[in-house]
Amino acid sequence: MNLLQDAVRYLNDPFNWTRANGIIELLVQHLRISALAVLAAMAIGIPVGALLGHTGRGGGFAVALSNVSRAVPTLALLTVFAVTPIGFGPNATTIALALFAVPPVLTNTYVGFRGVDRDVVEASRAMGMSGRQVLLRAELPLATPLMMTGVRTAAVQVVATATLAALVAGGGLGRIITLGFRQQDYGAVLAGALVVAALAVLTELLLAAVSWAITPGEKRVPFARVRPRRAAVAGAAAPR
Amino acid sequence: MLSAASTMVLAVDAAPNPWFDPSYVSGNWSSILPLLGEHVRLTVGAVLLGTLLAFPLALLARRSRWLAGPVLGFSTLIYTIPSLAMFAFVAPVTGLTATTVLIGLVLYSLVILVRNFLAGLQSVPADVREAALGMGYGKARTLWQVEVPLALPSIMAGLRVATVSTVALVTVGVIVGHGGLGQLITGGFAANFYRAEIVTGALGCVLLALLADLLLAGVGRALTPWSRGARS
Repeated sequence: MNLLQDAVRYLNDPFNWTRANGIIELLVQHLRISALAVLAAMAIGIPVGALLGHTGRGGGFAVALSNVSRAVPTLALLTVFAVTPIGFGPNATTIALALFAVPPVLTNTYVGFRGVDRDVVEASRAMGMSGRQVLLRAELPLATPLMMTGVRTAAVQVVATATLAALVAGGGLGRIITLGFRQQDYGAVLAGALVVAALAVLTELLLAAVSWAITPGEKRVPFARVRPRRAAVAGAAAPR
Repeated sequence: MLSAASTMVLAVDAAPNPWFDPSYVSGNWSSILPLLGEHVRLTVGAVLLGTLLAFPLALLARRSRWLAGPVLGFSTLIYTIPSLAMFAFVAPVTGLTATTVLIGLVLYSLVILVRNFLAGLQSVPADVREAALGMGYGKARTLWQVEVPLALPSIMAGLRVATVSTVALVTVGVIVGHGGLGQLITGGFAANFYRAEIVTGALGCVLLALLADLLLAGVGRALTPWSRGARS
Protein backbone atom coordinates (compact mmCIF):
# COMPACT_ATOMS: atom_id res chain seq x y z
CA MET A 1 0.00 0.00 0.00
CA ASN A 2 1.22 3.43 -0.92
CA LEU A 3 0.45 5.00 2.45
CA LEU A 4 2.40 2.35 4.28
CA GLN A 5 5.38 3.10 2.06
CA ASP A 6 5.05 6.78 2.94
CA ALA A 7 4.95 5.91 6.63
CA VAL A 8 8.01 3.69 6.36
CA ARG A 9 9.82 6.38 4.40
CA TYR A 10 8.97 8.91 7.12
CA LEU A 11 10.29 6.60 9.83
CA ASN A 12 13.37 5.73 7.78
CA ASP A 13 14.49 9.35 7.43
CA PRO A 14 17.03 10.07 10.20
CA PHE A 15 16.20 13.77 9.98
CA ASN A 16 12.64 13.07 11.16
CA TRP A 17 14.11 11.55 14.31
CA THR A 18 16.87 13.99 15.18
CA ARG A 19 15.52 17.42 14.15
CA ALA A 20 14.02 19.88 16.61
CA ASN A 21 10.54 18.55 17.47
CA GLY A 22 11.57 15.29 15.85
CA ILE A 23 10.57 11.85 17.07
CA ILE A 24 13.37 11.58 19.67
CA GLU A 25 12.69 14.98 21.23
CA LEU A 26 8.94 14.33 21.34
CA LEU A 27 9.53 10.85 22.75
CA VAL A 28 11.64 12.23 25.59
CA GLN A 29 8.97 14.85 26.27
CA HIS A 30 6.26 12.18 26.17
CA LEU A 31 8.11 9.89 28.59
CA ARG A 32 8.99 12.71 31.00
CA ILE A 33 5.37 13.87 31.23
CA SER A 34 4.15 10.27 31.62
CA ALA A 35 6.69 9.37 34.30
CA LEU A 36 5.93 12.48 36.34
CA ALA A 37 2.18 11.84 36.10
CA VAL A 38 2.49 8.18 37.17
CA LEU A 39 4.81 9.04 40.07
CA ALA A 40 2.40 11.72 41.27
CA ALA A 41 -0.52 9.29 41.00
CA MET A 42 1.44 6.67 42.95
CA ALA A 43 2.32 9.21 45.64
CA ILE A 44 -1.39 9.95 46.11
CA GLY A 45 -3.05 6.66 45.24
CA ILE A 46 -0.91 4.11 47.10
CA PRO A 47 -1.00 5.65 50.61
CA VAL A 48 -4.70 6.51 50.40
CA GLY A 49 -5.61 3.12 48.93
CA ALA A 50 -3.49 1.30 51.51
CA LEU A 51 -5.06 3.24 54.37
CA LEU A 52 -8.60 2.66 53.10
CA GLY A 53 -7.90 -1.04 52.56
CA HIS A 54 -6.14 -1.39 55.92
CA THR A 55 -8.99 0.17 57.87
CA GLY A 56 -11.62 -1.38 55.60
CA ARG A 57 -13.48 1.87 55.16
CA GLY A 58 -14.31 3.91 52.07
CA GLY A 59 -14.66 0.99 49.68
CA GLY A 60 -17.66 2.63 48.06
CA PHE A 61 -15.62 5.79 47.59
CA ALA A 62 -12.82 3.93 45.82
CA VAL A 63 -15.22 2.21 43.41
CA ALA A 64 -17.24 5.38 42.79
CA LEU A 65 -14.04 7.28 42.03
CA SER A 66 -13.01 4.85 39.33
CA ASN A 67 -16.52 4.86 37.84
CA VAL A 68 -16.79 8.65 37.73
CA SER A 69 -13.32 9.04 36.26
CA ARG A 70 -14.40 6.85 33.36
CA ALA A 71 -17.16 9.30 32.42
CA VAL A 72 -14.91 12.37 32.27
CA PRO A 73 -13.35 12.81 28.83
CA THR A 74 -9.57 13.17 29.07
CA LEU A 75 -9.73 15.84 26.42
CA ALA A 76 -12.05 17.92 28.63
CA LEU A 77 -9.72 17.86 31.63
CA LEU A 78 -6.66 18.58 29.48
CA THR A 79 -8.42 21.58 28.00
CA VAL A 80 -9.84 22.86 31.28
CA PHE A 81 -6.40 22.90 32.91
CA ALA A 82 -4.97 24.59 29.87
CA VAL A 83 -7.35 27.57 30.24
CA THR A 84 -6.70 28.04 33.98
CA PRO A 85 -3.74 30.20 35.06
CA ILE A 86 -1.59 27.03 34.78
CA GLY A 87 -1.65 27.64 31.05
CA PHE A 88 -1.21 25.06 28.30
CA GLY A 89 2.02 23.13 28.18
CA PRO A 90 3.69 20.27 30.04
CA ASN A 91 2.41 21.32 33.49
CA ALA A 92 -1.28 21.25 32.60
CA THR A 93 -0.82 17.94 30.78
CA THR A 94 1.00 16.34 33.70
CA ILE A 95 -1.64 17.40 36.24
CA ALA A 96 -4.52 16.18 34.07
CA LEU A 97 -2.82 12.84 33.38
CA ALA A 98 -1.97 12.35 37.06
CA LEU A 99 -5.62 12.90 38.00
CA PHE A 100 -6.67 10.18 35.55
CA ALA A 101 -3.97 7.83 36.82
CA VAL A 102 -5.03 8.06 40.49
CA PRO A 103 -8.25 5.95 40.26
CA PRO A 104 -6.67 2.74 38.88
CA VAL A 105 -3.78 2.92 41.38
CA LEU A 106 -6.06 3.75 44.32
CA THR A 107 -8.74 1.17 43.52
CA ASN A 108 -6.30 -1.68 42.91
CA THR A 109 -4.31 -0.85 46.03
CA TYR A 110 -7.54 -0.76 48.02
CA VAL A 111 -8.69 -4.12 46.63
CA GLY A 112 -5.22 -5.58 47.22
CA PHE A 113 -5.09 -4.54 50.88
CA ARG A 114 -8.76 -5.38 51.43
CA GLY A 115 -8.26 -8.83 49.93
CA VAL A 116 -5.53 -9.88 52.37
CA ASP A 117 -6.66 -12.94 54.29
CA ARG A 118 -8.08 -11.83 57.66
CA ASP A 119 -6.44 -14.85 59.32
CA VAL A 120 -3.02 -13.57 58.23
CA VAL A 121 -3.74 -10.16 59.73
CA GLU A 122 -4.95 -11.68 62.98
CA ALA A 123 -1.97 -14.04 63.15
CA SER A 124 0.47 -11.17 62.72
CA ARG A 125 -1.35 -9.18 65.39
CA ALA A 126 -1.17 -12.19 67.71
CA MET A 127 2.58 -12.33 67.08
CA GLY A 128 2.78 -8.86 68.59
CA MET A 129 3.08 -6.73 65.45
CA SER A 130 2.01 -3.13 65.76
CA GLY A 131 -0.52 -1.63 63.34
CA ARG A 132 2.28 -0.21 61.23
CA GLN A 133 4.14 -3.52 61.14
CA VAL A 134 1.00 -5.35 60.08
CA LEU A 135 0.53 -2.83 57.29
CA LEU A 136 4.12 -2.89 56.04
CA ARG A 137 5.26 -6.46 56.73
CA ALA A 138 2.15 -8.58 56.35
CA GLU A 139 -0.32 -6.73 54.15
CA LEU A 140 2.03 -4.88 51.80
CA PRO A 141 3.81 -7.97 50.37
CA LEU A 142 0.49 -9.72 49.88
CA ALA A 143 -1.09 -6.68 48.22
CA THR A 144 1.88 -6.03 45.93
CA PRO A 145 0.66 -8.03 42.90
CA LEU A 146 -2.62 -6.12 42.66
CA MET A 147 -0.94 -2.84 43.49
CA MET A 148 1.48 -3.39 40.62
CA THR A 149 -1.42 -4.25 38.34
CA GLY A 150 -2.88 -0.87 39.24
CA VAL A 151 0.36 0.94 38.54
CA ARG A 152 0.74 -0.90 35.25
CA THR A 153 -2.81 -0.07 34.19
CA ALA A 154 -2.25 3.55 35.14
CA ALA A 155 1.08 3.78 33.35
CA VAL A 156 -0.19 2.27 30.11
CA GLN A 157 -3.21 4.55 30.25
CA VAL A 158 -1.04 7.63 30.88
CA VAL A 159 1.33 6.82 28.01
CA ALA A 160 -1.71 6.38 25.75
CA THR A 161 -3.44 9.52 27.00
CA ALA A 162 -0.38 11.73 26.72
CA THR A 163 -0.88 11.63 22.94
CA LEU A 164 -4.09 13.63 23.40
CA ALA A 165 -2.12 16.57 24.77
CA ALA A 166 -1.24 17.39 21.18
CA LEU A 167 -4.89 18.27 20.51
CA VAL A 168 -4.63 21.22 22.91
CA ALA A 169 -1.18 22.46 21.92
CA GLY A 170 0.70 20.27 24.40
CA GLY A 171 3.78 18.24 23.59
CA GLY A 172 4.41 14.55 23.14
CA LEU A 173 4.28 12.10 20.26
CA GLY A 174 0.66 12.95 19.43
CA ARG A 175 2.07 16.00 17.66
CA ILE A 176 3.22 13.90 14.73
CA ILE A 177 -0.37 12.76 14.22
CA THR A 178 -2.04 16.17 14.66
CA LEU A 179 0.55 17.84 12.44
CA GLY A 180 0.10 15.13 9.81
CA PHE A 181 -3.67 15.69 9.79
CA ARG A 182 -3.22 19.45 9.46
CA GLN A 183 -0.83 19.03 6.54
CA GLN A 184 -2.93 16.22 5.05
CA ASP A 185 0.20 14.08 5.10
CA TYR A 186 -1.35 10.70 5.87
CA GLY A 187 2.02 8.95 5.65
CA ALA A 188 3.18 10.99 8.63
CA VAL A 189 -0.15 10.33 10.38
CA LEU A 190 0.32 6.60 9.96
CA ALA A 191 3.96 6.81 11.05
CA GLY A 192 2.95 8.72 14.18
CA ALA A 193 0.21 6.22 14.94
CA LEU A 194 2.70 3.35 14.58
CA VAL A 195 5.19 5.01 16.94
CA VAL A 196 2.51 5.80 19.54
CA ALA A 197 0.95 2.33 19.39
CA ALA A 198 4.36 0.65 19.61
CA LEU A 199 5.24 2.77 22.64
CA ALA A 200 1.99 1.83 24.40
CA VAL A 201 2.42 -1.90 23.73
CA LEU A 202 6.09 -1.78 24.79
CA THR A 203 5.15 -0.01 28.03
CA GLU A 204 2.60 -2.70 28.78
CA LEU A 205 5.09 -5.51 28.12
CA LEU A 206 7.93 -3.84 30.04
CA LEU A 207 5.80 -3.16 33.10
CA ALA A 208 4.38 -6.68 33.01
CA ALA A 209 7.96 -7.96 33.18
CA VAL A 210 8.86 -5.54 35.98
CA SER A 211 5.84 -6.45 38.10
CA TRP A 212 6.57 -10.13 37.49
CA ALA A 213 10.14 -9.65 38.69
CA ILE A 214 9.37 -7.70 41.87
CA THR A 215 6.31 -9.67 42.96
CA PRO A 216 7.28 -11.78 45.96
CA GLY A 217 6.26 -15.41 46.24
CA GLU A 218 5.14 -17.82 43.59
CA LYS A 219 5.76 -16.51 40.08
CA ARG A 220 3.32 -16.91 37.31
CA VAL A 221 3.84 -15.82 33.77
CA PRO A 222 1.93 -12.62 32.95
CA PHE A 223 -0.94 -12.92 30.42
CA ALA A 224 -0.95 -16.71 30.77
CA ARG A 225 -4.15 -16.58 32.74
CA VAL A 226 -7.04 -14.16 32.83
CA ARG A 227 -6.87 -12.10 36.01
CA PRO A 228 -9.41 -12.75 38.76
CA ARG A 229 -12.66 -11.17 37.71
CA ARG A 230 -13.28 -9.03 40.75
CA ALA A 231 -9.91 -7.36 40.56
CA ALA A 232 -10.13 -6.90 36.81
CA VAL A 233 -13.49 -5.17 37.07
CA ALA A 234 -12.41 -2.96 39.96
CA GLY A 235 -9.23 -1.81 38.30
CA ALA A 236 -10.24 -1.80 34.67
CA ALA A 237 -9.28 1.41 32.98
CA ALA A 238 -11.11 3.14 30.20
CA PRO A 239 -9.54 3.21 26.77
CA ARG A 240 -8.08 6.62 26.08
CA MET B 1 -2.41 54.50 22.41
CA LEU B 2 -2.63 50.98 21.12
CA SER B 3 0.57 49.99 22.86
CA ALA B 4 -0.55 51.57 26.12
CA ALA B 5 -3.51 49.27 26.24
CA SER B 6 -1.72 46.12 25.19
CA THR B 7 1.48 46.29 27.20
CA MET B 8 0.09 45.24 30.55
CA VAL B 9 -3.20 43.47 29.97
CA LEU B 10 -3.87 40.64 27.58
CA ALA B 11 -7.27 40.43 25.95
CA VAL B 12 -7.77 37.07 27.66
CA ASP B 13 -7.56 38.70 31.09
CA ALA B 14 -9.37 41.89 30.29
CA ALA B 15 -12.53 40.50 28.72
CA PRO B 16 -14.95 38.70 31.02
CA ASN B 17 -14.49 34.97 30.47
CA PRO B 18 -16.72 33.15 32.95
CA TRP B 19 -16.56 29.38 33.47
CA PHE B 20 -20.33 29.00 33.39
CA ASP B 21 -22.57 31.03 31.13
CA PRO B 22 -26.18 29.92 30.61
CA SER B 23 -26.63 32.54 27.91
CA TYR B 24 -23.95 30.76 25.85
CA VAL B 25 -25.99 27.56 25.88
CA SER B 26 -29.28 29.28 25.04
CA GLY B 27 -27.71 31.56 22.45
CA ASN B 28 -25.88 28.76 20.63
CA TRP B 29 -28.44 26.02 21.08
CA SER B 30 -28.88 25.62 17.33
CA SER B 31 -25.20 24.74 16.89
CA ILE B 32 -24.93 22.64 20.07
CA LEU B 33 -27.89 20.43 19.19
CA PRO B 34 -26.42 18.87 16.01
CA LEU B 35 -23.18 18.13 17.89
CA LEU B 36 -25.15 16.53 20.71
CA GLY B 37 -27.06 14.50 18.13
CA GLU B 38 -23.84 13.31 16.52
CA HIS B 39 -22.44 12.39 19.93
CA VAL B 40 -25.51 10.30 20.76
CA ARG B 41 -25.60 8.69 17.28
CA LEU B 42 -21.92 7.70 17.45
CA THR B 43 -22.27 6.29 20.97
CA VAL B 44 -25.42 4.30 20.25
CA GLY B 45 -24.03 3.05 16.94
CA ALA B 46 -20.72 1.98 18.45
CA VAL B 47 -22.29 0.12 21.37
CA LEU B 48 -24.94 -1.54 19.16
CA LEU B 49 -22.45 -2.69 16.52
CA GLY B 50 -20.04 -3.72 19.28
CA THR B 51 -22.76 -5.85 20.86
CA LEU B 52 -23.66 -7.49 17.56
CA LEU B 53 -20.00 -8.42 16.97
CA ALA B 54 -19.09 -9.25 20.56
CA PHE B 55 -21.85 -11.78 21.13
CA PRO B 56 -20.78 -14.32 18.46
CA LEU B 57 -17.14 -13.79 19.44
CA ALA B 58 -17.94 -14.53 23.09
CA LEU B 59 -19.82 -17.67 22.03
CA LEU B 60 -16.84 -18.76 19.92
CA ALA B 61 -14.37 -18.06 22.70
CA ARG B 62 -16.49 -20.04 25.13
CA ARG B 63 -16.67 -23.02 22.83
CA SER B 64 -12.96 -23.78 22.88
CA ARG B 65 -10.02 -22.79 25.04
CA TRP B 66 -7.87 -22.55 21.89
CA LEU B 67 -9.98 -19.71 20.57
CA ALA B 68 -10.35 -17.95 23.92
CA GLY B 69 -6.60 -17.20 24.13
CA PRO B 70 -6.27 -15.40 20.78
CA VAL B 71 -9.60 -13.56 21.19
CA LEU B 72 -8.66 -12.21 24.62
CA GLY B 73 -5.05 -11.55 23.63
CA PHE B 74 -6.03 -9.64 20.52
CA SER B 75 -8.58 -7.61 22.46
CA THR B 76 -5.91 -6.66 25.02
CA LEU B 77 -3.73 -5.44 22.16
CA ILE B 78 -6.55 -3.29 20.76
CA TYR B 79 -7.26 -1.89 24.21
CA THR B 80 -3.64 -0.79 24.57
CA ILE B 81 -3.58 1.27 21.37
CA PRO B 82 -4.25 4.95 22.13
CA SER B 83 -7.46 6.30 20.64
CA LEU B 84 -5.72 9.04 18.68
CA ALA B 85 -3.50 6.42 17.04
CA MET B 86 -6.55 4.24 16.36
CA PHE B 87 -8.34 7.04 14.53
CA ALA B 88 -5.09 7.79 12.71
CA PHE B 89 -4.90 4.15 11.55
CA VAL B 90 -8.47 4.22 10.25
CA ALA B 91 -8.51 7.75 8.81
CA PRO B 92 -6.36 7.07 5.70
CA VAL B 93 -8.95 4.47 4.63
CA THR B 94 -12.25 6.18 5.45
CA GLY B 95 -11.15 9.81 5.38
CA LEU B 96 -12.36 12.66 7.56
CA THR B 97 -15.81 11.19 8.16
CA ALA B 98 -17.88 10.07 11.14
CA THR B 99 -17.30 6.49 9.93
CA THR B 100 -13.66 6.76 10.99
CA VAL B 101 -14.72 7.62 14.54
CA LEU B 102 -17.38 4.92 14.53
CA ILE B 103 -14.95 2.16 13.51
CA GLY B 104 -12.49 3.12 16.25
CA LEU B 105 -15.23 3.27 18.87
CA VAL B 106 -16.71 -0.09 17.81
CA LEU B 107 -13.30 -1.72 18.29
CA TYR B 108 -12.94 -0.38 21.83
CA SER B 109 -16.50 -1.23 22.92
CA LEU B 110 -16.05 -4.68 21.35
CA VAL B 111 -13.14 -5.39 23.69
CA ILE B 112 -15.06 -4.46 26.84
CA LEU B 113 -18.17 -6.33 25.72
CA VAL B 114 -16.47 -9.60 24.69
CA ARG B 115 -14.80 -9.87 28.10
CA ASN B 116 -18.00 -9.24 30.03
CA PHE B 117 -20.17 -11.46 27.80
CA LEU B 118 -17.66 -14.28 28.17
CA ALA B 119 -17.45 -13.85 31.94
CA GLY B 120 -21.25 -13.85 32.14
CA LEU B 121 -21.67 -16.98 30.02
CA GLN B 122 -18.93 -18.78 31.95
CA SER B 123 -20.57 -17.93 35.26
CA VAL B 124 -23.66 -20.01 34.40
CA PRO B 125 -23.46 -23.09 36.66
CA ALA B 126 -22.98 -26.38 34.83
CA ASP B 127 -25.84 -27.90 36.87
CA VAL B 128 -28.28 -25.41 35.42
CA ARG B 129 -27.13 -26.17 31.88
CA GLU B 130 -27.47 -29.89 32.49
CA ALA B 131 -30.89 -29.46 34.03
CA ALA B 132 -32.01 -27.58 30.90
CA LEU B 133 -30.56 -30.34 28.73
CA GLY B 134 -32.37 -32.95 30.86
CA MET B 135 -35.64 -31.12 30.40
CA GLY B 136 -35.23 -31.48 26.66
CA TYR B 137 -34.06 -27.96 25.80
CA GLY B 138 -32.12 -27.69 22.55
CA LYS B 139 -28.89 -25.76 22.25
CA ALA B 140 -30.42 -22.51 20.99
CA ARG B 141 -33.24 -22.62 23.51
CA THR B 142 -30.79 -23.27 26.37
CA LEU B 143 -28.77 -20.29 25.24
CA TRP B 144 -31.63 -17.80 24.93
CA GLN B 145 -33.89 -18.95 27.74
CA VAL B 146 -31.40 -20.17 30.36
CA GLU B 147 -27.86 -18.95 29.81
CA VAL B 148 -28.42 -15.40 28.55
CA PRO B 149 -30.88 -14.50 31.33
CA LEU B 150 -28.45 -15.81 33.94
CA ALA B 151 -25.58 -13.91 32.32
CA LEU B 152 -27.63 -10.69 32.14
CA PRO B 153 -26.06 -8.94 35.17
CA SER B 154 -22.59 -9.32 33.66
CA ILE B 155 -23.86 -8.40 30.18
CA MET B 156 -25.54 -5.25 31.46
CA ALA B 157 -22.44 -4.31 33.48
CA GLY B 158 -20.38 -4.60 30.30
CA LEU B 159 -22.86 -2.49 28.33
CA ARG B 160 -22.77 0.23 31.00
CA VAL B 161 -18.98 0.40 31.10
CA ALA B 162 -18.77 0.33 27.30
CA THR B 163 -21.36 3.08 26.91
CA VAL B 164 -19.82 5.40 29.50
CA SER B 165 -16.31 5.07 28.11
CA THR B 166 -17.59 5.45 24.54
CA VAL B 167 -19.30 8.74 25.44
CA ALA B 168 -15.96 9.99 26.78
CA LEU B 169 -14.00 8.66 23.79
CA VAL B 170 -16.19 10.31 21.13
CA THR B 171 -14.49 13.60 22.03
CA VAL B 172 -11.19 12.38 20.56
CA GLY B 173 -13.01 12.30 17.21
CA VAL B 174 -12.23 16.03 16.92
CA ILE B 175 -9.07 14.93 15.13
CA VAL B 176 -11.21 14.15 12.07
CA GLY B 177 -13.77 16.86 12.81
CA HIS B 178 -16.48 14.52 14.13
CA GLY B 179 -16.05 14.61 17.89
CA GLY B 180 -19.63 15.42 18.91
CA LEU B 181 -19.52 17.64 21.98
CA GLY B 182 -15.73 17.41 21.82
CA GLN B 183 -15.97 19.96 19.00
CA LEU B 184 -17.11 22.48 21.61
CA ILE B 185 -14.10 21.69 23.80
CA THR B 186 -11.48 22.22 21.12
CA GLY B 187 -13.60 24.95 19.51
CA GLY B 188 -13.57 26.94 22.73
CA PHE B 189 -9.85 26.34 23.10
CA ALA B 190 -9.25 27.65 19.62
CA ALA B 191 -11.62 30.62 20.12
CA ASN B 192 -9.19 32.41 22.46
CA PHE B 193 -9.81 30.04 25.40
CA TYR B 194 -13.56 30.67 25.55
CA ARG B 195 -14.29 28.96 28.88
CA ALA B 196 -18.09 28.84 28.62
CA GLU B 197 -17.87 26.83 25.40
CA ILE B 198 -15.26 24.43 26.82
CA VAL B 199 -17.22 23.83 30.02
CA THR B 200 -20.46 23.33 28.07
CA GLY B 201 -18.81 20.59 26.02
CA ALA B 202 -17.14 18.95 29.02
CA LEU B 203 -20.17 19.02 31.29
CA GLY B 204 -22.38 17.91 28.41
CA CYS B 205 -20.24 14.78 27.99
CA VAL B 206 -20.31 13.95 31.69
CA LEU B 207 -24.08 14.49 31.93
CA LEU B 208 -24.66 12.40 28.80
CA ALA B 209 -22.57 9.56 30.25
CA LEU B 210 -24.43 9.78 33.55
CA LEU B 211 -27.80 9.76 31.81
CA ALA B 212 -26.89 6.77 29.63
CA ASP B 213 -25.59 4.90 32.67
CA LEU B 214 -28.79 5.52 34.63
CA LEU B 215 -30.89 4.49 31.64
CA LEU B 216 -29.00 1.21 31.22
CA ALA B 217 -29.13 0.57 34.97
CA GLY B 218 -32.92 0.98 34.76
CA VAL B 219 -33.12 -1.39 31.79
CA GLY B 220 -31.01 -3.92 33.67
CA ARG B 221 -33.31 -3.70 36.68
CA ALA B 222 -36.39 -4.14 34.51
CA LEU B 223 -34.88 -7.17 32.74
CA THR B 224 -33.85 -9.00 35.91
CA PRO B 225 -36.81 -8.65 38.26
CA TRP B 226 -35.75 -11.79 40.17
CA SER B 227 -32.56 -10.19 41.50
CA ARG B 228 -34.33 -7.22 43.06
CA GLY B 229 -35.33 -8.77 46.39
CA ALA B 230 -32.06 -10.56 46.87
CA ARG B 231 -29.91 -7.46 46.43
CA SER B 232 -30.75 -5.82 49.75
